[in-house]
Amino acid sequence: MSAVSEYVGNIKEAVTSIFEGMAVTASHFMRKPYTVQYPDRMPVRVQDTLPFRYRGILEVDLEICTGCLACERACPIDCIVIVVDKDPLTRQMLLSQFDIDIAKCMYCGLCSEPCPTGSIHHTTEFEGADYSLESLIRRFVKDPVMAYKPKKGPETDPQIAPILNRGMTYLDQWAQPGGEKPPAEEEPA
Amino acid sequence: METLVHNLIASGAFGKNASPHLVAAIVVFIMSAVVFLGVAFPFAGIVSWAERRVWARIQSRVGPNRVGPQGFLQWLADGVKHVCKEDIIPDESDAPLFKMAPYLVMLAFTLPWAVMPFSSSLILADLNVGILYMTSVTALTVVGVLMAGWASNDKWSLIGGIRSAAQIVSYEIPAGLSIFPVVLMTGTLSMQGIIRAQGWAPQHWFLFANPFTFVAANILYISALAEGNRTPFDLPEAESELVAGFATEYSGMRYLFFFMAEWGNLFIIGAIIATLFLGGWQFPHIIKSVVAMNILEAITFNVKVLFLVFVSMWIRATLPRVRIDQLMTLCWKYFVPISFVNMIGTAVWVAIWPDGNSLMRYLMLAAAIALAAVFTQRVIYYLRRSRMEVYFNPTI
Repeated sequence: MSAVSEYVGNIKEAVTSIFEGMAVTASHFMRKPYTVQYPDRMPVRVQDTLPFRYRGILEVDLEICTGCLACERACPIDCIVIVVDKDPLTRQMLLSQFDIDIAKCMYCGLCSEPCPTGSIHHTTEFEGADYSLESLIRRFVKDPVMAYKPKKGPETDPQIAPILNRGMTYLDQWAQPGGEKPPAEEEPA
Repeated sequence: METLVHNLIASGAFGKNASPHLVAAIVVFIMSAVVFLGVAFPFAGIVSWAERRVWARIQSRVGPNRVGPQGFLQWLADGVKHVCKEDIIPDESDAPLFKMAPYLVMLAFTLPWAVMPFSSSLILADLNVGILYMTSVTALTVVGVLMAGWASNDKWSLIGGIRSAAQIVSYEIPAGLSIFPVVLMTGTLSMQGIIRAQGWAPQHWFLFANPFTFVAANILYISALAEGNRTPFDLPEAESELVAGFATEYSGMRYLFFFMAEWGNLFIIGAIIATLFLGGWQFPHIIKSVVAMNILEAITFNVKVLFLVFVSMWIRATLPRVRIDQLMTLCWKYFVPISFVNMIGTAVWVAIWPDGNSLMRYLMLAAAIALAAVFTQRVIYYLRRSRMEVYFNPTI
């Protein structure tokens, strides 16, 4: 008797489970696909939809780079090469080379953490495909430029202030554990 | 057919003393060329695209949508790609058999179209053994598949071919036994005769004639899927174990032939079920014109077949592949005995009610509608639980 009930039970189980499975897939058939149709057929660029803390290709704002070499020392695979000279006449720091080898970079973000001004930072750009390794080395210094010298008070130069502001915001958010931008708060005295 | 030949000779298009046999042969060649090149092969191609789109939507993806509007021309691109590829024949293979195998599979796919009842007069040959012919020529696939598996001289191919042979031969038995109930009720094997014995209304379909035919229809559909090597019974080409089974060593056009036959067989599976159990082309006589009536009937038949093709895609996207012992258990322990019960039950039913029991027909129809309602309720339950909006638009 148990064999018969097992036989009938098997049929019942097969029919009901296929019935439920078909119902589940039918409900999926009527849902919207999740697919993001990169790179075209997007209402906005993919780069603009990425979170602020996304670790894309590195970029350097030379206007606020102090030439402190903190990022070069932090880089675990030495993909950053910086050359800083002291101008013998004006006795100022001159940046004569700032190269980042994107082919070597592993997007760990260790360089952007110690930067005092937020000059070196990740962008949301990720389309780095290129035809040669040579062109993957990003050379940020074309002509030697003066390194940025932090002021005692707030920055007054109208050209540099917004860049520095952006860099400091980046640093603040980089230090946050969460992804969302925190509301601006007054520093406790 | 004969009147057509007589009219053609009388019109003088072939000369005054044209042989009727010659004219008939020319007419048959042209008609079969139209059916194969205009219906069978494009259908196989379009199904390959439609199937990928259906799976994609069930898996929350989009599927091919780049070639042509909504990717509709993807099948042409794939076909051209396969034709342009090199036709590699392995050194160690049995070359003549290796080359011949895809054509045999293709033959098994093209032959059933001769008795495909598209409408009351649109049929190439209304054989008096139509359904028997259909089941026997579709079983020819096994020769081609086994030949491909053997001639490739490759263990994967051989295992795939042997599995396919075992599977097709086994499932011929429940499939054949499930055709018997209908033949018992109609007393004919002709496709048109079986369709004429049914009506356009669902309660006059053999699907709802009695409980045995309902079970027989389901067994026949599942067995046909197994014979067509469709998931969940696609063991002969199980990718994870056998690379591509009997098609492993094939490339280019010959590889394409196997898959065209597989996709095209979906139409044949649907046509068998629609003819035997779903009333075929039956449509109420609302128009006097014979041509318009035939068009309506052809549309009815194709809608039924395409629904069954869609269900097979849906099953393929739902169920996982069965193991080989489960496959054989399902066939020999469940389908064969139940098919015998169906056959005897229908025989007793026909002996008691030779013209069928109309109360049972309406009861069966009501039960089927209730089942569909329960199914819809389950689908709505799963949609609600997912908290996602219903998006039924097929274009994205």
